[in-house]
Amino acid sequence: MLGRILLGLAVAILVAFGGFYAWQWRGELPPATASAHAFDPGIVAKGAQLAALGNCATCHTRPGGKPYAGGLPVETPFGTLYGSNITPDRDTGIGAWSEAAFRRALREGVARDGTHLYPAFPYDHFTHVSDGDISALYAFLMTRDPVAQANRPAALTFPLNWRIFAAGWQLLFLRHGGWRNDPTQSAAWNRGGYLVEGLGHCGACHTPRNAFGAERRDQRFAGGAADTWRAPALNASSPAPVPWTADQLTAYLKDGYADQHGFAAGPMQPVTLNLRKVADADVRAIAVYIASIDGAPDAAARQRQTEAALTFAVQRAATIGGRVAATSGVAAAEAASPGAALFAGACASCHRAGGGLPLSRPIALALSTPVNAREPVNLLRIVVDGIHPPPGQRGPIMPGFSGALTDPQIVALATYVRSHYSRKPAWPNVAAALADVRRRPSPAMETP
Amino acid sequence: MTTVLNVNGQQHQVEADPRTPLLYVLRNDLKLNAAKFGCGLGQCGACTVLVDHNPVFSCLTPISALEGRYVRTVEDLGTADKPGPVQRAFIEEQAAQCGYCIAGMMMRAQGLLEKNAAPSDAEIRAAMAPNLCRCGTQMRILRAVHRAARLMTVELDQPVTEART
Repeated sequence: MLGRILLGLAVAILVAFGGFYAWQWRGELPPATASAHAFDPGIVAKGAQLAALGNCATCHTRPGGKPYAGGLPVETPFGTLYGSNITPDRDTGIGAWSEAAFRRALREGVARDGTHLYPAFPYDHFTHVSDGDISALYAFLMTRDPVAQANRPAALTFPLNWRIFAAGWQLLFLRHGGWRNDPTQSAAWNRGGYLVEGLGHCGACHTPRNAFGAERRDQRFAGGAADTWRAPALNASSPAPVPWTADQLTAYLKDGYADQHGFAAGPMQPVTLNLRKVADADVRAIAVYIASIDGAPDAAARQRQTEAALTFAVQRAATIGGRVAATSGVAAAEAASPGAALFAGACASCHRAGGGLPLSRPIALALSTPVNAREPVNLLRIVVDGIHPPPGQRGPIMPGFSGALTDPQIVALATYVRSHYSRKPAWPNVAAALADVRRRPSPAMETP
Repeated sequence: MTTVLNVNGQQHQVEADPRTPLLYVLRNDLKLNAAKFGCGLGQCGACTVLVDHNPVFSCLTPISALEGRYVRTVEDLGTADKPGPVQRAFIEEQAAQCGYCIAGMMMRAQGLLEKNAAPSDAEIRAAMAPNLCRCGTQMRILRAVHRAARLMTVELDQPVTEART
């Protein structure tokens, strides 16, 4: 009896696996013979904007490397993957890919030769992208300079280095079908939703992932990870003291700066630099959609929260020399802490009321998202590394304090900044978070 | 309040507000005038010194952060009569135009060469990027750092400088 059950079980497993194997099997598509001259310049220009909007160059370019030739290491909990060469080189890039092969890769996560792609390539978002936009992207990429640069193989932990696991992931988590307009919403909101959920793949960083590395559908935009940074929540749990509005988001996304929030830093910096190349109406549409995510339509409540945050920021602003009026015992103790002296000497020459740089505007720290975030990681990252524009480009500058301050001093500084500039509770684990920040340096990113 | 600072191998008792930037103490109290005030905002690098072998902006480093740590300035690299390898290299390449940025440049170069004895062009450019030169002598500075690397390797065993490293 037991033997028959085991046999039946074995047959069932074999049949199931056979079925899965047949389901996941994709054939090689024939090589293309497209020539760069075959594309309409208008379509190529549209593709350029879409590639900027999709931030494609960031992962598909290594620091100091040729645009779109691949090589950026992408660290995941499962190992390290490297952005692939998507220039039209026939041997090492996608020069031999037909538009059908390119579309299949974007929508189904399958390369031209039939191998399954790992979901670090966000095809779970690109299912939303329209045929017309895929054609334009294809035209843009096929008219780039071909670069012969071999792809670095992914270094994933066994057994995930078997590509069949990518197929299994797709079976479990990949949903097909395009973006559907919501007729109750504005045209801008719908355009924004198409871009945010699709090519923009904002959720890839701003949505937390499950144990299999798939975005959690029950926690859309609740905050996630972006290489060594935390991507803040965009939903109702956003740590921003002032609720985001479409106007502030438009400024932030287009200029990398919003006066009630601050500068784009870390992995968000290349995103905003790329969005400069995108039509204003599309950036505005993205802002309209993102601003709607926090689900707080009550204008009066938003107004009250905004005013309270702005008043608090003015109250807490440091004066010249970093002196802060000690109005209570708590404030006096805080002002006497070692972090306060460090702040006064290291930070207040810029981060004080009316303080500023000739060409730049330091953010009022009480309005800063990193200062008010659930975890201290982004603040520590900024204190350690500073903020720097990419070589040759304009942008905000803050010096890093990696060498100037010791680890205990940085912990004291971050603790003081949190206590003075935020109404949220103290972070419990600053030293551990700093050790993690020190252990994992932030990879440099390129924006062509 | 008294702060004890170790600068160029000497202990100094400094009477100053613990929030005072190191640069002011170096120039006003200790009369070490190599480090320059450029912007006071950590944007230009003219005030660069080494703290525990790392280049830092002394205009943004309060002395309260420096107890028990080791500060070095250009005065430690050599003298006018006996310039150290980095100073010699900058002189031989005539890397200074107005010279205001050069003290900071030399300290950052020193910090780089102590970690990396033979840096590539790209490594020098990346390491020196925080320091600005408005005269446009960057190419000469680049050559001077390469030359300093060679001088340091050659002179490693010879007591030509009094650097206490």
